[in-house]
Amino acid sequence: MSAAATPALAALQLGEVIAQRTLELSRETLVRYAGASGDFNPIHYRDDVAAQMGLPGVLAHGMLTMGLAVETVSAWLDPELRITEYGTRFTRPVVVDPAHGATVEIVAKVGAVDPEAGTARIDLTVSCEGKTVLGKAQVQVGARARRSHG
Amino acid sequence: MPVNPELVGREFPPTAPYLVGREKVREFARALHSSDPLHLDPTAARAAGYADVVAPTTFPIVLQDFTLQQLLAEPDSGIVLSRVLHAEQRFRYTRPIVAGDELTAQLDVTGIRSMGGGTMVTSEANIRDAAGEHVVTAVSVLVVGEADA
Repeated sequence: MSAAATPALAALQLGEVIAQRTLELSRETLVRYAGASGDFNPIHYRDDVAAQMGLPGVLAHGMLTMGLAVETVSAWLDPELRITEYGTRFTRPVVVDPAHGATVEIVAKVGAVDPEAGTARIDLTVSCEGKTVLGKAQVQVGARARRSHG
Repeated sequence: MPVNPELVGREFPPTAPYLVGREKVREFARALHSSDPLHLDPTAARAAGYADVVAPTTFPIVLQDFTLQQLLAEPDSGIVLSRVLHAEQRFRYTRPIVAGDELTAQLDVTGIRSMGGGTMVTSEANIRDAAGEHVVTAVSVLVVGEADA
């Protein structure tokens, strides 16, 4: 099957919002991610260390925000497609208040479609309190090659 | 001590083999509030043609962290963790990671560039499976701040 024949890709409309979600992050979210990822930098769970480092508060791991954002796309993705590349810049920290946490909004839009190449680009807008926290967060997707291990 | 520019091109040994566990993949996916059945449900993953659950896109950071620890452990690196800021991150895949994969990561420092108030360090982790085939490359850009004078 040629990549161009993937109907899931042909159906994408430029600029279309394909997925979005709003997530409430708490300190528990950060501790859970620390354990899952092995990143135990104390600026992600200790107020005293964050203050000592001159930070405005305990911060979400950049990799947590980056991961939450792309999972919005992953859950939506047609099984015939897969993510081939994902990159971002960390432009603004997400401060997670001990009592009130933080709210992160993720919107995924179709940024480009190349039916000939069988690829598309999904652009993510990730914001907290109305300000974007990730810069140029872009996901490349392509038709999946059926192989023994996928 | 400033960041040592001679780190670029230095040969590092691959990290010890890392066996990707099904429950680790699920734990990582839950930590990302993922609802993707390919990460969580082995039956769904098999039905889609994968050998087992598929790791979330950002999972290779777990392996890249091992390589960054190698970098920090170099006695002449000039990099102090408390002054490091994660500026950019990228993953380039040849194929998805699935539970059961045994992976190694090899560190390659590809760029060191001074800029106002800090040094930009670009480091890659080239991640391969047990057969030596490329799976994914993780690229981190770190900004290392100047020490207080």
